[in-house]
Amino acid sequence: MSATASFLDHGSCQRPAVFDVDAVRVQFPILRKTVHGRPLVYLDNAATSQKPQAVIDAILRFYTSDCSNIHRGVHLLAERATADYESARAKVQRFIGARHAHEVVFVRGTTEAINLVAQSFGRQRVQAGDEILVSAMEHHSNIIPWQMLCRAQGSILRVVPVDDAGELMLGEYERLLSPKTRLVAVTHASNVLGTVAPLAEIIAMAHRRNVPVLVDGAQAVPHFPVDVERLDCDFYAFSGHKLYGPTGIGVLYGKAELLDSMPPYQGGGGMIRSVAFEETVYDRPPQRFEAGTPDIAGAIGLGAAVDFVDQVGLDLIAAHEQSLLSYATQSLSAVPGIRLIGTAGQKVAILSFVLDGVHPHDVGTILDHQGIATRTGHHCAQPLMERFQVPATTRASLALYNTREEIDALIQGLHKVSEVLR
Amino acid sequence: MTTDLRDLYQQVILDHQRSPRNFRVIPQADRITKGHNPLCGDQVTIYLKLEAGKVADVSFQGVGCAISVSSASMMTERIKGKSVDEVRLLFRSFHKLLTGTDRRLVSAGGTDGLDLLGKLEVFAGVREYPIRVKCATLPWHALHAAIEGSEATVSTELHE
Repeated sequence: MSATASFLDHGSCQRPAVFDVDAVRVQFPILRKTVHGRPLVYLDNAATSQKPQAVIDAILRFYTSDCSNIHRGVHLLAERATADYESARAKVQRFIGARHAHEVVFVRGTTEAINLVAQSFGRQRVQAGDEILVSAMEHHSNIIPWQMLCRAQGSILRVVPVDDAGELMLGEYERLLSPKTRLVAVTHASNVLGTVAPLAEIIAMAHRRNVPVLVDGAQAVPHFPVDVERLDCDFYAFSGHKLYGPTGIGVLYGKAELLDSMPPYQGGGGMIRSVAFEETVYDRPPQRFEAGTPDIAGAIGLGAAVDFVDQVGLDLIAAHEQSLLSYATQSLSAVPGIRLIGTAGQKVAILSFVLDGVHPHDVGTILDHQGIATRTGHHCAQPLMERFQVPATTRASLALYNTREEIDALIQGLHKVSEVLR
Repeated sequence: MTTDLRDLYQQVILDHQRSPRNFRVIPQADRITKGHNPLCGDQVTIYLKLEAGKVADVSFQGVGCAISVSSASMMTERIKGKSVDEVRLLFRSFHKLLTGTDRRLVSAGGTDGLDLLGKLEVFAGVREYPIRVKCATLPWHALHAAIEGSEATVSTELHE
């Protein structure tokens, strides 16, 4: 546990330190379902998490009682919908420790957040010959938007390598930071390796050279407290659906002065002050970046998800998941012929592995038959698969409702794999 | 093992996976094609040598799951010595076995070349696993490209 101290060190816990996994599980209706006649063991949380009843109810309530478009309406429902939408923004602001609510832009998800920065900030600030730095453990969503930008601008994408354990190589990073670097885009936690990146150092080194840093927090915010002010990151992107919220809603945090200086990403309704055919005056952030009717129900659902996580307590969630991670690491290591991919000192509870002589697809199918949902494949991180010289891995990714019994079921499932394929 | 898992991982499939037949390079091959499933990283290369319109030799190399490796292995065994037209018919029949909607047709050993399949019918169990169908058909698509003289890499994501 001591190894995790630094990214979990966010001050003292204000509530009684009690985590009752059964009390958490009953709030997730899907966890009562069976798959192939077996109780569902859901270990695919890095892809998406399940939704608590409170989130489902919030969405249902919106469509049942409050449904209206937001802003500019004078009727009661429009007022209520607008208040709920903006209240969700305020909840997110508090949740990530942003200074202002207008630093929180609602988008479809992490992918759209990163594309927004690439197309708006990027096209404005990155020119031919300039460089953008990413790490070797990025999800495709934090690679391809930058490749597209580089192609359009004639700029260059540089990659910070990771070592055999899956740790980002800070020395190499420092070497790659140059006067040409215009942006560093890095994951907070790897969706394949689980590695938690040393963001404090990464951001400090970049800022010494006046280089802004975008953080992909999709795999971080559901698992440990994140404070964007304290991190001092310039942009922070994450998705609602991995945070027990609905799909289709996500967040881009940007420092106010940066967002203020950026041109719109998309044009349309809801993002203007005044429109004439000769000239349009854009609204201020966040509206400037929210053209068109947003996913109102999604934002309200995300607000409910944030409330849910706050009630359980992220510090308790982190402790529970870290305890599961060390139990799972220990149990998996004892499986014959296994190789864990990603053994960094600081990890979120993501366990990628390969079994000697067995393809991950066969592992995934046989586990599924026992009700165990894992993910197999390249996890949208093909360059990382190449780095570790595996075509694919099996990945078990944990969440607050997982239990030691479910880890035991996974281990039994893996024994079944060798039995079936023997 | 549960019964339906046994339908997928039949003994003959596991046997071919453990010791794939014709798993080698043919240096004098006149057709070489590659198949790739970007979703799972499976890769297969087919080596084909034709003489007088017949398959004189065929082999494969690559990495993949039990289903794709055994499918490639059994395919090479099945088509050796067959005419190009017979291979085309087998390709269509195999595809129908895995993707066809009429189960009776399959279990009856039925019409339109399905009776040609012989041992290849062990792959009928794969149809219950839609996500795995591409694993079994990947080597066949690469073979088909070789037969038709195409040199482009075959991708499972372009067939649908």
